[in-house]
Amino acid sequence: MYDSPSLENEVTDKAIKIAADKVQVFYGDTHAIKDVDVQIQDKTVTAFIGPSGCGKSTFLRCLNRMNDTIDICRVQGQILLDGEDIYDKRVDPVQLRAKVGMVFQKPNPFPKSIYDNIAYGPRIHGLAKSKADLDVIVEKSLRRGAIWDEVKDRLHAPGTGLSGGQQQRLCIARAVATEPEVLLMDEPCSALDPIATGQVEELIDELRDSYSVVIVTHSMQQAARVSQKTAFFHLGNLVEYGETSQIFTNPVDPRTESYITGRIG
Amino acid sequence: MTDATASGAAPQKPASGSLLELDARTKRRNAAEARFKFYGMAAVGIGLLFLVLLLVSIVRNGVPAYTQTFISLPVELQAEKLDKNGNRDPEEIKKVSTFGYNPLIDQALFRVLEENGVESPFEKGADLRKMVSASAAAEIRDYVIANPEKIGETVSFRVLASSRVDGYLKGRVTREDLARDKNLDAEHLDIIDQLKEAGAVARTFNWSFILGADASESRPEQAGIGVSMLGSLFMMLVVLLLSLPIGVAASIYLEEFAPKNVWTDLIEVNISNLAAVPSIVFGILGLAVFIQFMHLPQSAPLVGGLVLTLMTLPTIIISTRASLKSVPPSIRDAALGVGASKMQSVFHHVLPLAMPGILTGTIIGLAQALGETAPLLLIGMVGYIASNYPDGVASGFLDPNSAMPAQIYEWAKRADPAYYERAWGGIIILLLFLMTMNIIAVILRRRFERRW
Repeated sequence: MYDSPSLENEVTDKAIKIAADKVQVFYGDTHAIKDVDVQIQDKTVTAFIGPSGCGKSTFLRCLNRMNDTIDICRVQGQILLDGEDIYDKRVDPVQLRAKVGMVFQKPNPFPKSIYDNIAYGPRIHGLAKSKADLDVIVEKSLRRGAIWDEVKDRLHAPGTGLSGGQQQRLCIARAVATEPEVLLMDEPCSALDPIATGQVEELIDELRDSYSVVIVTHSMQQAARVSQKTAFFHLGNLVEYGETSQIFTNPVDPRTESYITGRIG
Repeated sequence: MTDATASGAAPQKPASGSLLELDARTKRRNAAEARFKFYGMAAVGIGLLFLVLLLVSIVRNGVPAYTQTFISLPVELQAEKLDKNGNRDPEEIKKVSTFGYNPLIDQALFRVLEENGVESPFEKGADLRKMVSASAAAEIRDYVIANPEKIGETVSFRVLASSRVDGYLKGRVTREDLARDKNLDAEHLDIIDQLKEAGAVARTFNWSFILGADASESRPEQAGIGVSMLGSLFMMLVVLLLSLPIGVAASIYLEEFAPKNVWTDLIEVNISNLAAVPSIVFGILGLAVFIQFMHLPQSAPLVGGLVLTLMTLPTIIISTRASLKSVPPSIRDAALGVGASKMQSVFHHVLPLAMPGILTGTIIGLAQALGETAPLLLIGMVGYIASNYPDGVASGFLDPNSAMPAQIYEWAKRADPAYYERAWGGIIILLLFLMTMNIIAVILRRRFERRW
């Protein structure tokens, strides 16, 4: 409805949305990410898996330059979004983050009303010309966040009063309200119960139609359920990247195999 | 087999010590805990005791300052003394100094004694006049200048009694004290006793203590704290207008924007140190910079406010930074994540959440500045007798004035014991202001926090 599938996408393999080339990340003296090359496809769910501290969240945060807020963090290498280097000096991270939205580990709604939570992004980016426009965007986003039916009667109640699962879907709705092209999710279900997790996973699957979704997860079952592509990180290295089915059934690298079978991690 | 039936019937013996009896170690630990609770309660109790003692002594010593003894005098405004030429020209009336009014007061006093049938051992009016404050003549003169048409009539005045008479009614002055006092004799007190019976002398609530100006050393009965209250008000305005924006801007920059490096560390350490610098140091800095270098007027609330701003800034910066720090980083991430700029994330999300803390810190800083005396000592706001109200806003900032704590200090160091009571009375007003400010801080905090 919002993005009619282009002919090209159906004929050829899906287009490359993000291409990372020899990315290195340092925290002070710590070499957190080593030589990561990865190509993330458009309209695909890509999962980053790996043991704690392996750098998957760090790498995810490189994709919308959220690491800029950490003083001691340095990024080297190249990350291309639609062929443009996002670490180019001319790139304003604010503009980048409007294209590359992010959902965080802990649901973090603003302490404002549900309506204002969603409307904030469109307002600062000037996406709505009138109040009516904004109402439309809010409703559309809440519907895409699969939370409209639950909150439509209390749009002006505080967003912090929702349950954890609802808050996380609100945050997803907030992220899609600015019409991003890529959606980054940093362990979006780790603070949720199994039912809320199920709802969010269902939502991620729907979002695949419109966006390129990159999700970091601790749960291999979740990666297997929602993603088409999986990348396995270990000690800052990208060990293996490929079709999810192939990674889980027939991994090439012995480290991937031992992680998936539960021997390391 | 027999064992099993026995144990089934009789209660089993615990394997190691009974739970129903305390062992020695547990007893010792419980005793230590009980002792600690006692120490804590004792500490709180001592604190409360001192607080109660403080409040009781302040109220006991300070409340008498709010009442004052007045003498009702029917004064005949004799035309031949006040307006010799009889043309009611204000300029000519002004030529009669307060000395010219003294005979009128004497006459009125004799008349009051006569009307009430009081025997007086004093022949001379000047002796009798010792019962009346030296301010009485000025009060009558001001009235006459304002109402020249009243000349020739007899007008009833309520004039201040002298501070010795006032002290006698308040129990501070006894006949024995007066044996060594040339300002008043025991015979005066006999007259006062009789006049009090007759209702011509009464002790009533004294608004002019709260609203009036300070008086010279010899007229404690006339002194009030009103003008220095205005001085404090103008100073606080300066402090608020300067320290809030500067402090908040500095904290936001340091907390949210500044890179973390040696320089910002150095600044941070220095701000913390400044908060601990004795206030008199700020006073001498103010003297050197604002008065000697910039030639701003001495004793002016503007300079006082500038000095107190310097003193308050570290407090405001520290509390603002603490409340900015306490805003969860997830809110900043959320704002940045939807594409807000750093400044938008700070001003739209972080600052509103930090507001209650900032306001509380500011009001606490202001309250601290309101009660500060030492820096005022050095820029000349102590010792100056604030006897006039400022004419307007500009003169309120620039004309010499005092401030409440400086006024209290000034009264406390004066020799006349009547000033002692006024110092305590001033402290009550100062404490009321501080309490009000703290209550406002609490209310603001509640209001802003209740939103979510």
